[in-house]
Amino acid sequence: MPSTDTLFNQRIDSRRRRGKVMAGVLFVCTILGLVVLATLIVDVVLTGAPWLSREFITGFPRSTAEASGIWPAIIGSLYLMLVVAAVAVPLGVGAALYLEEYARDNWLARLIQININNLAGVPSVVYGILGLGVFVYLFGFGNSLLAAGLTLSLLVLPIIVISSQEAIRSIPQGVRESAYALGATRSQVIWSHVLPIAMPGILTGVILSLSRAVGETAPLVLVGAALAINFTPAHLLDEFTAIPMLIFQWTEEPGVAFRELAAAAIIVLLAFLILTNLTAILLRNYLEQERSA
Amino acid sequence: MADAKADPQRKPSSSEASSPQTSSPAASNSTASGTGNAPTRKAVPEAPRTLTPGPRQGPQPKTKIEVKDLQFWYGDTHAIKGVTMNIPAHQVTAFIGPSGCGKSTVLRCLNRMNELIPDTRMEGTIRVDEQDIYADEADPVMVRRRIGMVFQKPNPFPKTIYKNITWGAKINGYQGDYEALVEESLRKAALWEEVKDRLHTSAYNLSGGQQQRLCIARALAVKPDILLMDEPASALDPIATAKLEETIVELKQDYTIVIVTHNMQQATRVSDRTAFFYVGELVEMGDTEMLFTRPSDEKTDAYISGRFG
Repeated sequence: MPSTDTLFNQRIDSRRRRGKVMAGVLFVCTILGLVVLATLIVDVVLTGAPWLSREFITGFPRSTAEASGIWPAIIGSLYLMLVVAAVAVPLGVGAALYLEEYARDNWLARLIQININNLAGVPSVVYGILGLGVFVYLFGFGNSLLAAGLTLSLLVLPIIVISSQEAIRSIPQGVRESAYALGATRSQVIWSHVLPIAMPGILTGVILSLSRAVGETAPLVLVGAALAINFTPAHLLDEFTAIPMLIFQWTEEPGVAFRELAAAAIIVLLAFLILTNLTAILLRNYLEQERSA
Repeated sequence: MADAKADPQRKPSSSEASSPQTSSPAASNSTASGTGNAPTRKAVPEAPRTLTPGPRQGPQPKTKIEVKDLQFWYGDTHAIKGVTMNIPAHQVTAFIGPSGCGKSTVLRCLNRMNELIPDTRMEGTIRVDEQDIYADEADPVMVRRRIGMVFQKPNPFPKTIYKNITWGAKINGYQGDYEALVEESLRKAALWEEVKDRLHTSAYNLSGGQQQRLCIARALAVKPDILLMDEPASALDPIATAKLEETIVELKQDYTIVIVTHNMQQATRVSDRTAFFYVGELVEMGDTEMLFTRPSDEKTDAYISGRFG
């Protein structure tokens, strides 16, 4: 039988080599991000860890690094997150439900959709200016927890809307149809099926957006969050500070000590984020199990 | 038990002239096929009709659903071009036809499911028990409770077997005993014996065939009197299909059933009457045995003998 090999110039070695090079390049791409992150964390932990102490966690900002603590910022960040969760989550999930389950596919719905997508890309400093103009001055909330919380809510609202929409859209149409076919109204279908099934996906978006809100600095600077205060906010219209604000301030201070203190604050912030994410993930897993049980 | 193969009267050689006209008004406007087509036809219903209990006798059953000049549009696409038909009570009526012929669309008009699809339009009237289900005072939610539906893919809710059945009753404010309702519905769907010890486990643990029978039980739990089935066996293996067909035949004692199927053997096994659709029109409707052995329209003839579709 005549060989067909002569018809092809297969260059198998060079093709194989090319494949190997490709795999190598892609691996470097992957590992680079990880290396940078690891370096950052190692550096921060090495610098900040010696400063972590009970006094640091429960103390108040002072004029010396040795005497300073982060307590009002922890409480401030926690309250901020609660405001965002209370405002942005219901608004965002509500908007997503409306867009997916009620709105007809007309020019208005498309206009709203395009705007939401664009809002997700607006820099946070712009939201800060908006918050300063609207919440601080126009509504007269002052440099308060409420003004900052509402500003951060606006900032994360598009993220919550978009991720909730995706979660709702991924529900097979068959579930809705079979519920309607049993004589269910739209709201019954939504409460009994759409929301429970979409909940894990919605929570993923909520985790992301809360983390984003807690880490933001620029909008807080603009709405005038305090830098160093020696009290924890007592009500929504009180002044406050947050962990990113203290990090921001302490890195500006002269002397090595405050910069090391900032590293310690970063560790606290990271721990804070991990804790919130963990809570949300556990909640999500619980809901997923509940659903399949 | 009538066996199509054994009966010489139904051989293709039988004269076309003796074929009685179907009673369907839609069939009257279609011309009967010439005798020249008859020899090329292969009798499709080769499977023994073991499931249908005896040939029907006595007076014609009363009409349950009356469809008059039904037209339907998806956007600008004119999908249903004037369908008029009567669906008898306590019988199984099969809708057959090639893909895209509109049989599912007609089915979904019967319980106002098509309204949920945006950018669609319907004309014509559909009466159930002489009540116009599209009248202004008719509420689609109320209509759908009375006219249940089983879909192509088994789609139980991600809940327990028990809750799958009680949910529909609960949202409709059922006042009776829920335990009894669950047992009754599952028994009717021939699933009770298989699941009675695990009612509170996830419906997702059931096999495909069991899930589909659960979907039937779920539909029965809201006490409909009509059951619409959209290719209910297309995702099932032959054994599960046989079991499902058996259930369907059982159910016609209590319900009026309309089933869309791609499978012509299935239509011959489960249905009393068959309607053949082609590009948005009802070509022919009649007694199932008659339609499959002596169709009056060339297109029906071509379809059932496998020459297209």
